[in-house]
Amino acid sequence: MHKEAAIREPLILGDKNYHDITVDVVGPIENKAPKAWYVLITIAGLIAIWGLGCVVYLISTGIGVWGLNKTVGWAWDITNFVWWVGIGHAGTLISAVLLLFRQKWRMAINRSAEAMTIFAVMMAALFPGIHMGRIWLAYWVLPLPNMFGSLWVNFNSPLLWDVFAISTYFSVSLVFWYIGLIPDFATIRDRMTNPLSKKIYGLLSFGWSGKAKQWTRFEEVSLVLAGLATPLVFSVHSIVSMDFATSVIPGWHTTIFPPYFVSGAVFSGFAMVLTLLLIMRKVMKLENYITIKHVEYMNIVIIVTGSIVGVAYITELFISWYSGVEYESYAFINRFSGPYFWAYWAMMTCNVVSPQLFWFKKIRTSLTATFILSIVVNIGMWFERFVIIVTSLHRDYVPSSWSMFYPTWVDIGIFIGTIGIFFTLFLLFARFFPVLALNELKTILKVSGEKYKKEDH
Amino acid sequence: MASTNKTVRVIHAMFDDDHRLLEAAKDIVGQGVRVKEVYSPFPVHGLDPIIGIKRTRMAVVSFMFGMTGLSLALLGMWYFMIQDWPMNIGGKPSFSLLENLPSFIPVTFEFTVLCAAHGMAITYMLRNGTLPGMPAVNPDPRTTDDKFVMEITSEENPEMTSDGMSSMLKGAGAIEINEKEIAVK
Repeated sequence: MHKEAAIREPLILGDKNYHDITVDVVGPIENKAPKAWYVLITIAGLIAIWGLGCVVYLISTGIGVWGLNKTVGWAWDITNFVWWVGIGHAGTLISAVLLLFRQKWRMAINRSAEAMTIFAVMMAALFPGIHMGRIWLAYWVLPLPNMFGSLWVNFNSPLLWDVFAISTYFSVSLVFWYIGLIPDFATIRDRMTNPLSKKIYGLLSFGWSGKAKQWTRFEEVSLVLAGLATPLVFSVHSIVSMDFATSVIPGWHTTIFPPYFVSGAVFSGFAMVLTLLLIMRKVMKLENYITIKHVEYMNIVIIVTGSIVGVAYITELFISWYSGVEYESYAFINRFSGPYFWAYWAMMTCNVVSPQLFWFKKIRTSLTATFILSIVVNIGMWFERFVIIVTSLHRDYVPSSWSMFYPTWVDIGIFIGTIGIFFTLFLLFARFFPVLALNELKTILKVSGEKYKKEDH
Repeated sequence: MASTNKTVRVIHAMFDDDHRLLEAAKDIVGQGVRVKEVYSPFPVHGLDPIIGIKRTRMAVVSFMFGMTGLSLALLGMWYFMIQDWPMNIGGKPSFSLLENLPSFIPVTFEFTVLCAAHGMAITYMLRNGTLPGMPAVNPDPRTTDDKFVMEITSEENPEMTSDGMSSMLKGAGAIEINEKEIAVK
């Protein structure tokens, strides 16, 4: 059996056995939802409906209702797209990269992080879709035989690479998530007494029986999917960054973009995971599984990726001066001292300064501080994308084209709306799905459980 | 088959600990009994070689689907961009696959991963017999919670007697033993 060092902190606290894990995770699904859940889902649902209303208004009226103009053709829409895709990256990082590195602490958080990934990518995919203006022609992004002399899509374009990257990322994440869910649905199916829920979870569990050979295949498939998802997650945000980097716009045309975007994505994703999990562990009483140690590990990832992002910002500044290209230099001087200086400095404060606070053990093990900082980081990462997109565009080559971007209520409504949809989906997930990979947790109980560690020594 | 109304006796021995299950499996297999199946709530490492389960070939399946995806992506892009309708975009003409290859790499990679992952996932579902609407066959609902069940059949162990088997399994640490007669054609 796998052995773990005694000085390593246990990952499962309390006096738990296999059955307790099942009860702790499945219990909230069997019992009535707490009042807070109904309050939260009502709020989130109303915001979601408002957002969908804005989308319908946008589609039926045209994207002129956004604040875009001839100079600033991409603004909040693409900012939100990149922000949401970035948030999604933490889920895959936790489930795939940490699986390859055999980090056992991922098991308590991977399920909800993957759910977050899927919902975040859904929100992200909405934005390029509605930005097309004529969303009913969205299938034109696919290489389909057509009546225009079989005019194909342009495979040299990063925007098309993005279509392939996002759709592959979404569907592979979904499959990865669902394959992990099947055995846990089987556990719920076998515990349910109400015939209707038994039937529904029976359908969802695909008749999983937990045979030895099934488990062998399960582990192999998880490993291979992790191996596939790891380069995939890096490729997705690299390709998103190439939407900008392969252009000739000063401020976008930099080779640093792919690694810079990927670490920024992981940075914001971990912040969102923390925001969600800190609430979830409290409401669903999962403190024994998502421990302070887990929070600390995630905060360490935030320090690392946040520092990479900080270095990237400073490198960009340096290179814009060192390159001697006056357009590049101007783009960056304009960023920190132009009309959008406040956005630049908000980004710098939230993303570069605030995560450094996690060097203090007191702060990175404090739940309140972590929760506040996780929201600060997400605000900062939204500003990062806004700064990159809008400040690079609003000063065109010809000064007569210079302009500003002001969001309209539709811009704001759709952004707020996606947050509502996201939280609605996440709340539904937390209510009806096993929020921890309970059968995977059972495999580490004897190695990393507090009770067993004490008995051993 | 000529034989009809044949019955097979199936013994389900339940264990409440994965470690004890492993020890019992070793013990029983050492005494020449063949274990047909083990139902467990989570993967029990080290069990497969004892009860004679071979390594799965899912990774090979994935590789083959990946290669198919890779070839299809390159073939498709060659046809769309080079053969059928070559376009000169921004002064960068599409003359040959090799010249365009750098900008074809991202889509080639994505499509390879798409095919490898989905091809393997579908194969996994089919081979496992886990598809929407399939019935669960675990003998006891507790095997998806915290119990482990070992299935032994008289078909594979023609010389087994109920009493002998029961005492052997009890000795190996089973907490519950159920025996059933199942009709087979």
